[in-house]
Amino acid sequence: MVDPSIEILVQDLTVRYDNDIALRVDNLEIRKNEIFGIIGPAGSGKTSFLNAINRMDEFNDSMNVQGSINFGGLEVSRVKNVYALRKKIGVVFPLPVGLPLSIYENVALSPRLSGIKDKIKLDEIVERCLIRAALWEEVKDRLQQLGSLLSGGQQQRLTIARALSQEPKLLLLDEFSIAVDPVTTMRIEDVLKELKEEMTVVLVTNLVQQVRRLSERTAFFLNGELVEVGETEDFFTGTVEDQRTRDYVEGHFG
Amino acid sequence: MFGSTQLNRRNHSVQKLVSILFGVVTCLLVVPVLTIMTVLVYKGGPNISFEFLFSAPTNGMTAGGIFPALLGTIWLVVVALIFSVPLGVATAVYLSEYASDTWLTRLINLAIINLAGVPSIVHALFGLGAFVIFAGFGTSILAASLTLGIMTLPVVIVATRESLQAVPPEFRMACWGMGATRWQTIRKVVLPNAMSGILTGVILEVSRTAGETAPIMFTGAAFFLPFLPQGILDQTMAMSLHLFVVSTQVPGVPETLPYSVALVLVSMVLIMNAASIVLRAYVRGQKKW
Repeated sequence: MVDPSIEILVQDLTVRYDNDIALRVDNLEIRKNEIFGIIGPAGSGKTSFLNAINRMDEFNDSMNVQGSINFGGLEVSRVKNVYALRKKIGVVFPLPVGLPLSIYENVALSPRLSGIKDKIKLDEIVERCLIRAALWEEVKDRLQQLGSLLSGGQQQRLTIARALSQEPKLLLLDEFSIAVDPVTTMRIEDVLKELKEEMTVVLVTNLVQQVRRLSERTAFFLNGELVEVGETEDFFTGTVEDQRTRDYVEGHFG
Repeated sequence: MFGSTQLNRRNHSVQKLVSILFGVVTCLLVVPVLTIMTVLVYKGGPNISFEFLFSAPTNGMTAGGIFPALLGTIWLVVVALIFSVPLGVATAVYLSEYASDTWLTRLINLAIINLAGVPSIVHALFGLGAFVIFAGFGTSILAASLTLGIMTLPVVIVATRESLQAVPPEFRMACWGMGATRWQTIRKVVLPNAMSGILTGVILEVSRTAGETAPIMFTGAAFFLPFLPQGILDQTMAMSLHLFVVSTQVPGVPETLPYSVALVLVSMVLIMNAASIVLRAYVRGQKKW
């Protein structure tokens, strides 16, 4: 029986692409309603970790996931209805992806796919999600414009609004600030702090200062290996166990 | 500091020479097209009238119009499209969106490329054997259109596959991440954004289908018919075959008649191609990302 305060429990996870091991995690817990940070240099397996949770191996023949990921009491590898699983998981990618639909339809797409047709209800969802993603004020008068023509920062908030329209229990953010200006980054960070009241957030980032601002606990990945997990503050007070973690946080490599 | 050496000067003049030479070759290429069009318009143009387009040939095809052939070509093209567009698009969607890279899909791709390289007279014999005789359609619009459809299938498949692959993979990832199935992703995001390319492919297919002669000769196009086709199991006249017939098979045809027929046929194809260019330009202007 899994501890109810744990949202994700990973055990003996191995992610491979063809025969190359991309990530190995022996044991990792992510608690409910926390912002969990994952840091590490490029190629350390951070994105593979997110893809494994989201069962994206379905779309990549070379990707192979072994071991156990327990999400909300369910073993994700045994979930039959992967679509329902993914609906419970919102994803935000490094580069903002406004779908080539109107702003309105970008946010209404997921509710529509799950069968909501009522216009009033859709309007309500679109407005609520755009407000929570701090985008409503900028786009409320032009909801019919193409979402893919918004600025990068706006598109990234649109992506977050779209993820929220799924009413997820878990929000995965993969280096969301890579193509976003600092002001928008701060606005999104404020949004995330509010969102953790309602969902668990996994924040993958290259910016060590970002996890310091946002997350309670952080994991450090390096070369496909989970080096260590701990309270985020420990990473910055030098009380981490592994020398490699200390070097990375202090900017000696990566 | 920037003075030129002898080598510099030589490089410069070689580069100038090459540019002029290639320019001349390019201009020469336009000559046949211009000549064809000029001759057709000059010799065939005066003969073309409403009467010519919309009446039947008379006097053993030495006079009168071309209406049965014009109508027949439209019949053949439309029926061929009804068959090949859904089949071609479905194949391309499968290859691009569903199939993984295995020996089977590589074999299918190879087959498509080879299908495009098969000479049209071979398609004609295949159509004769498969549709006219084996399937029992007889020489008919249906048999001829199916033959044309199979022949132009690679055009539709390749054009569709290319336009599907031009849709950025990030859109699919984003859609899948929302819990959409592959089909929902294709229907909501991929196909709408590939539509312009698919339409361009279809129009190219139309212009190719309209001009083909060999595949329809044995399968459904008639030398001369005193009546218009009533359904897809009838034979029909067609522009391309009619041109062949009045140019070579009928004695006593006035010299200008084949030119007029050719002009109408070429115009049909050119209008189609122009439509495709306009469509592409329009859709590019609408680009959504």
